[in-house]
Amino acid sequence: MSEKMLLEMKGISKEFPGVKALDNVSFSVRPGTVHALMGENGAGKSTLMKCLFGIYYKDAGTIILDGKEVNFKSSKEALENGVAMVHQELNQALTRSVQDNLWLGRYPKIAGLMVSESEMKKRTKEIFDELNVKVDPKTIMSTMSVSQRQMVEIAKAVSYHSKIIVFDEPTSSLTEVEVEHLFKIINMLKSKGCGIIYISHKMEEILRISDDVTIMRDGTWVATKPAKDLTMDEIIKLMVGRELTNRFPEKINSPGEVILDVKNLSGKYTRLKDATFQLRKGEVLGIAGLDGSGRTEVLENLFGSMTKDGGTITLHGKQIENKNPKDAIKNGFALITEERRATGIFGVLDILNNTVISSLKNYKKFGMLNDKKMKQDTEWSIKAMHIKTPSQNTKIRALSGGNQQKVIIGRWLLTQPEVLLLDEPTRGIDVGAKYEIYQLILDLANQEKGVIMVSSEMPELLGVCDRIIVMSGGRVAGEVDAKTATQEEILTLAAKYV
Amino acid sequence: MFSNLKETVRNKETWTAKNIINFLVNNALFIFMTIAVIYIAIKNPRFLGVSSLVNILSQTAAYLPAALGIAGCIVLTGTDLSAGRIIGLTACISASLLQTVDLTNKMWPKIGTLSIFIVIPFVMIIGAAFGAFNGFFVSKFKLHPFIVTLGTQLIINTILLRYVKMGNNNGAAISGLDKSYTKFIKDSFVNFGDVSIPNYVWIAIVLTIIMWFIWNKTTLGKNMFALGANEEAARVSGVNVMGTTIAVFALAGAFYGISGFIEGARVGSNTVNTGLNYELDAIAACVIGGVSFVGGIGKIRGIIVGVFMLRLIFIGLNMININQDYFYLIKGAIILFACALDMRKYLVKK
Repeated sequence: MSEKMLLEMKGISKEFPGVKALDNVSFSVRPGTVHALMGENGAGKSTLMKCLFGIYYKDAGTIILDGKEVNFKSSKEALENGVAMVHQELNQALTRSVQDNLWLGRYPKIAGLMVSESEMKKRTKEIFDELNVKVDPKTIMSTMSVSQRQMVEIAKAVSYHSKIIVFDEPTSSLTEVEVEHLFKIINMLKSKGCGIIYISHKMEEILRISDDVTIMRDGTWVATKPAKDLTMDEIIKLMVGRELTNRFPEKINSPGEVILDVKNLSGKYTRLKDATFQLRKGEVLGIAGLDGSGRTEVLENLFGSMTKDGGTITLHGKQIENKNPKDAIKNGFALITEERRATGIFGVLDILNNTVISSLKNYKKFGMLNDKKMKQDTEWSIKAMHIKTPSQNTKIRALSGGNQQKVIIGRWLLTQPEVLLLDEPTRGIDVGAKYEIYQLILDLANQEKGVIMVSSEMPELLGVCDRIIVMSGGRVAGEVDAKTATQEEILTLAAKYV
Repeated sequence: MFSNLKETVRNKETWTAKNIINFLVNNALFIFMTIAVIYIAIKNPRFLGVSSLVNILSQTAAYLPAALGIAGCIVLTGTDLSAGRIIGLTACISASLLQTVDLTNKMWPKIGTLSIFIVIPFVMIIGAAFGAFNGFFVSKFKLHPFIVTLGTQLIINTILLRYVKMGNNNGAAISGLDKSYTKFIKDSFVNFGDVSIPNYVWIAIVLTIIMWFIWNKTTLGKNMFALGANEEAARVSGVNVMGTTIAVFALAGAFYGISGFIEGARVGSNTVNTGLNYELDAIAACVIGGVSFVGGIGKIRGIIVGVFMLRLIFIGLNMININQDYFYLIKGAIILFACALDMRKYLVKK
């Protein structure tokens, strides 16, 4: 690679108290190319980018941008010097308008004092036209869908006219059409000579869009190779550091008689309409569909955390009403929510408290909680779920995403559920840990529980489920057999009522 | 508040029972206030007389600057408990520097009578300095403004207690103010017939316009809202978070300074109790006017409505001889009622 590099990061190290987050990592980007950065969660990808962007200060190493050494002390400095970033978490001022968000930190001014609204609107329009984004600049952020907000965030990064643009998991909330749109934007940026750094867990995307791939593991550099020389299996092997022969465990469960019968389930405040389906004992039922198709709403209406508007739920031949989550738990339902950090874990509480929180009434004795029994059950959960933690008293936020998810699965198993509702159970979890979660799901089915699993990753649904129902526009568009179905079949159904 | 009204009017063809209920609930505060005003006016017709209306207007103007200042702190998801004490201190300082020359127990006999145009910037700087101090602690040490301003409230209280014992004063009420000062605040430069509107009403109007401009037309205002809505987003977009926080608190402090200057002359006889607990009325007015503690939400017109409503009700209750003991109950009920209604707008029904 004798070619001139647009960005060179050499020997970057960064230490947090007790953890070596980056150890002598080197990474370069050629102009006019997409360089993918891959690795499991905690491999140091985001930390490396934050060192570049001035959010963290590196302990050692040099960063050379366009032939000059740089050392950004703040995001502002990075932006001014041609480095922009689309952040993994949507960082937006939701109560403000699109254009207020777009120009935040660099409002166009009149006489150095007044912010010029008209100028802002004009420039926003220009950028949206260039990128073919159809959003009114005056819309308030909180009224837009997550994917629209993501497109605004992408437009914002582009609007800095930067030399380097970092995309950190940009497609996690985008629909297929929008992903294509994003790829068009990226190709346009490439042709302008920008260097793109692309972080994603989605292998198919990486192999399609990138020119080079760098793989990191445990804060160290593992390999940098041209994308065309790599296969999915090779990438996984490099990321995990060992061979993963199968992405999915062997299916051991066998569905029995129908335990749950749902008829015409509709949501009062959501677009869910007339969902009808059945779940068998020992079955894993998948729910597929695009973002906003009503997948999550099916689970939340079943669980009573959303208000339903008509429809019946019959469990074991008896009609039940899940008015609220408390009723649902009593009736043997468990819901593992989509947003683990927001609605799953209690970050500042320890493993024990996170484990027993949904079944506290089992530990009550004369109005007091029985510590010994809680510790025993937590120990059982740690063993049965294979949770890697130093102790029961470790705060849950110190664990990796995969281990947090296992704690939550353990929490729900303690409530003795018959029907487990899983919403994106492997979101943000790395490849190795995903396998373990799949294994847990299949084990549960094998223990004759009924499992309903929502996922936006189709290979995962095809690999783990028995049957898959496909949602489209708030309705059930169809049902497929996971053994024989293809991704194309599911996609066709998903687009039925769009 | 008003936008709901407009929307309902626009959707006139869809007048259903549900829409009517929604309309009533969304404007319940106004409906309630209208009923209260009509009731009070029937009981005591003088309530809607000119002098009573001027009184309501003047009192609204007196309480407005502090509320305008505190509103910025609330938009930043904070609050400011030190407002009342800063007002008290700046009121006493203003009064002590502007006593008449021939007063026997003049607090600072050595200085003659200063020009009010020296004293105004002086007390604004004092207020802004305390505000900047609050802002610095909030942004630098990541402390919640409630804690920081509780601390400064207590600290300023001691400064005030010591200040009134300085010079020749020995803790007495500071009065005997110079004509130039009392005239500037209390006189009326325009009279409508025999109705005179005190000058501090005009000062409050100018301050409101300035604050409206800052909130809506300047980078500081936009950054303030962005910071209140999502601090991390503002940071990664290159907003100077610390600078903005300090500026908002300092601006609030400068407004308390002016508020103190007005109070000094309005009250006339200033003690350590001047301005006591003003922050609570100001915060109450803000939340009634829809400046949300969620952060990033609020409008200047809401603050005006909030201050006005509180004054309207109090003056009205006074005029129909309601026992003062019940004032706190009524104030508390209005706050809870207003905030519950306000929150309804931001709740997403599931």
